[in-house]
Amino acid sequence: MPGEKKTKTVKTIKVDVDKCNGCRACEMICSAFHAAPKYSGNNPERSRIRVIREPLRDLYVPVYAGDYTAAECAGRDKYTIDGKEYDECAFCRASCPSRDIFKEPDSGLPLKCDMCEGEEEPLCVKWCLVDALTYVEREEEVEEEEDDLGEMEMGLEALANKYGLNKIMDTVARMSVSSKGLDVKAKEED
Amino acid sequence: MRYAETGYNLEIDLSRGNIERVETDPRDTELYLGGLGTSAKILWDRVPPEVEPFSPDNLLIFAAGLLCGTPATGCNRTIVTTISPQTLLMAFSMMGGFWAPELKYAGYDKVIIRGKSPDLVYLWIHNDKVEIRDASHLQGKGATETAELIRQELNEPKAQVAAIGLAGENRVYFASIEQGRSSASRGGIGAVMGDKGLKAIAVRGTKDISVAQPAEFMALCNEVLEYIKFRNDNPIPGVMPILAGLGSPQEMKVHDEKWHTENFSWGNSRVRRKDFWNEDIAKQWMDTLDNMRTRLISCYNCPMTCGATISPPGMPTYMMKCFSKLTYTMAAMADLEFGLGIAQSATEYGVDGFSAPQVMAFALELYENGILTDEDFPGMPEDNEGRFYWLLDKIVRREGIGDVLANGTYWAAKQIGKGAEAYAHNNIKKHEQLPLKLSMLNPIYFLMYATGEKINITQIEGQFPQAPFPKREQREEFVKDWFQVPDEKFKQYFLDWEPRGENSIPYYPTVEMSCDIVDWQERMHYIDDALGMCAGLSSFPLKPPYHLHNYPKFISAGAGIDMDEEKLTQAAKRYRTLVRANNTRRGMRRKDEKPPKDHWKKRFPELEKELLDTYYAFKGWNEDGIPTETTLREFGLGYVADDFIERGILKKDGDTPPKDDAPEKDKEV
Repeated sequence: MPGEKKTKTVKTIKVDVDKCNGCRACEMICSAFHAAPKYSGNNPERSRIRVIREPLRDLYVPVYAGDYTAAECAGRDKYTIDGKEYDECAFCRASCPSRDIFKEPDSGLPLKCDMCEGEEEPLCVKWCLVDALTYVEREEEVEEEEDDLGEMEMGLEALANKYGLNKIMDTVARMSVSSKGLDVKAKEED
Repeated sequence: MRYAETGYNLEIDLSRGNIERVETDPRDTELYLGGLGTSAKILWDRVPPEVEPFSPDNLLIFAAGLLCGTPATGCNRTIVTTISPQTLLMAFSMMGGFWAPELKYAGYDKVIIRGKSPDLVYLWIHNDKVEIRDASHLQGKGATETAELIRQELNEPKAQVAAIGLAGENRVYFASIEQGRSSASRGGIGAVMGDKGLKAIAVRGTKDISVAQPAEFMALCNEVLEYIKFRNDNPIPGVMPILAGLGSPQEMKVHDEKWHTENFSWGNSRVRRKDFWNEDIAKQWMDTLDNMRTRLISCYNCPMTCGATISPPGMPTYMMKCFSKLTYTMAAMADLEFGLGIAQSATEYGVDGFSAPQVMAFALELYENGILTDEDFPGMPEDNEGRFYWLLDKIVRREGIGDVLANGTYWAAKQIGKGAEAYAHNNIKKHEQLPLKLSMLNPIYFLMYATGEKINITQIEGQFPQAPFPKREQREEFVKDWFQVPDEKFKQYFLDWEPRGENSIPYYPTVEMSCDIVDWQERMHYIDDALGMCAGLSSFPLKPPYHLHNYPKFISAGAGIDMDEEKLTQAAKRYRTLVRANNTRRGMRRKDEKPPKDHWKKRFPELEKELLDTYYAFKGWNEDGIPTETTLREFGLGYVADDFIERGILKKDGDTPPKDDAPEKDKEV
């Protein structure tokens, strides 16, 4: 069933890695803003933005926290940009088992950027005087999301939470091969 | 609950391999703030003058400033204190970078090292877990290289590492401690670290730092950020580019080096090349810097890009800041390409960028003048640049003549004899100074050079313009928004200061005005050094975002200590006096407080005497530069007075009272 078109405001942080000076003020102020009570303390480890930083290789990638993922990617690629090799993860926003960022250090619970709700702009942007981070709002046409999940999807989601999506996909792939394409036809019609 | 600070120090005894976490006394924070202040107190209490720099009883203290790790922009400095092998006095050297905040997040304010490890080790601080680890595989490795290797073997890419290179391991008297883009270089503190058998301290922290009044503190931080933006958009007109803005002098950005190359001295601080800078050189140096500089970079939580990543062709990448850009170039009478290249080796070896080039130029001068001969330089290349690389290598390995030179020009000249002392001409308190030789005595600079105990002029100057502006209108414009002054009278001092005529140097600013100005400038540096604030946002530039009027609020809201301008001034005076007390106890006297003879061509012995007499009295020191009993008791340093009397440094009744005609103390507050 096709969803209805509607517009929504997408809040984004534009990251210019060439301008980053590696100072990590973004990490500091993010953790201070999200401290309870607000600004009562700070700790970059709690930050929802981190600078992936290797000065001697000139790697500076501020990356802010996106969604939680229960499982890490099966393969992780390397990208070479302007002669510098980056891990794919350097650009990934997920709170993920493969790395220690975007997790509350005490509980291990995932952290996600909320664009500093209530502020004019995210505070990491405000504190980035070198303009590596800029705040952009744009209108985007999106299909209305299907809210209620089907029974199968709910079941799959539970499985995904337990085993990770990749594992499920691997299993489905393996099953479909072993059942010699019995269900493939039905799937293609979707 | 402790705010801004953690309230804990780490005590490491390398002789026994003992590690303790010790709670500190909050009353000490009120009295001495933190950083340099509390470290000076620890040195006073625990390192008596009988302890030699290379004794296991000497302490090496790494301190994070009181406000490091809070959101205060630019507050990231580590203050390292010990007894210097070169000056034999208390050394305190600072580094920016990322180390101090990381230490705070790990849960400590200071790391206090005593004893000596029989084998080379490094320290690994990871929150509550602290280990002394074998470093034999790191022996001889470069400082930057060491940091990388440690991060790899710990699998901790976010660990911050302060390390020494070969120079520190071999106890070169001007060895530095390197950390990321920063280094603590002055006073040979890297040699003390090497003597203790400590190759590096790696730290990783994931705890919180709290502030006492969150909303108030953040409002202050926002004001500072806004003012930094304002100053970035409004450089001060009429001063040279590096003094127009904020931050450390922006040497990594600036291409126009006319001022430095024509005003500073080349070689062994000898030659001024007054028409050196021309279009060809400007073009060539600009190409060099543009080709080697990968990125402008900053210390923790600071938008001022004062450092840079430099990749010289065929050499590993390193990080540089400030004036080391030119010190090697100018000492070797070479070009910028040479300077940026050899600085890579010097950074890995870990040597001070002011002393090392001068020591090498000094050696070559002795050679040219027949005091050292071919026998002293077996196998040295013919070309000047090759000689500098050769000498650097000999010094950090302490091989042949390098073993003598590794003690710095003062001690090397003594050892060489044959008139070599005349060539060690640029020292104060046995330590190499900026290569600067000028014409007319400047009363403000005379006092700063003479009485500075951080040994480097850049670490005491700032706030007040270095020279008068030519026209009164320009001066009036300058003072209009000069709210940082501790007192309105400073504006008048500046307004009336003329380049020529009656109101010009050396007799204007007057002796009394000079005392006021020097005291203000010095006080700002001392406050920064306790709080961990970078001088580049506070004590060094003109019209900085941090000043005497907002600092007390930062301390109140940050550390929860009830503070006002008067209390802050008292605290700064207290530990400033304590630094002097440490040095007094080690024999420092008036005779040691003099700029190099040739620093200015035109000297005024009577004026200089009056300046020093008046300034000593103004500070509450007797005519030999020793804090008087009255002064000591007034600052709550009765225990110092008692010690001085017991040692015969002061006589109970012979205390020199301040002169009647001396200016009133603290009046500007």
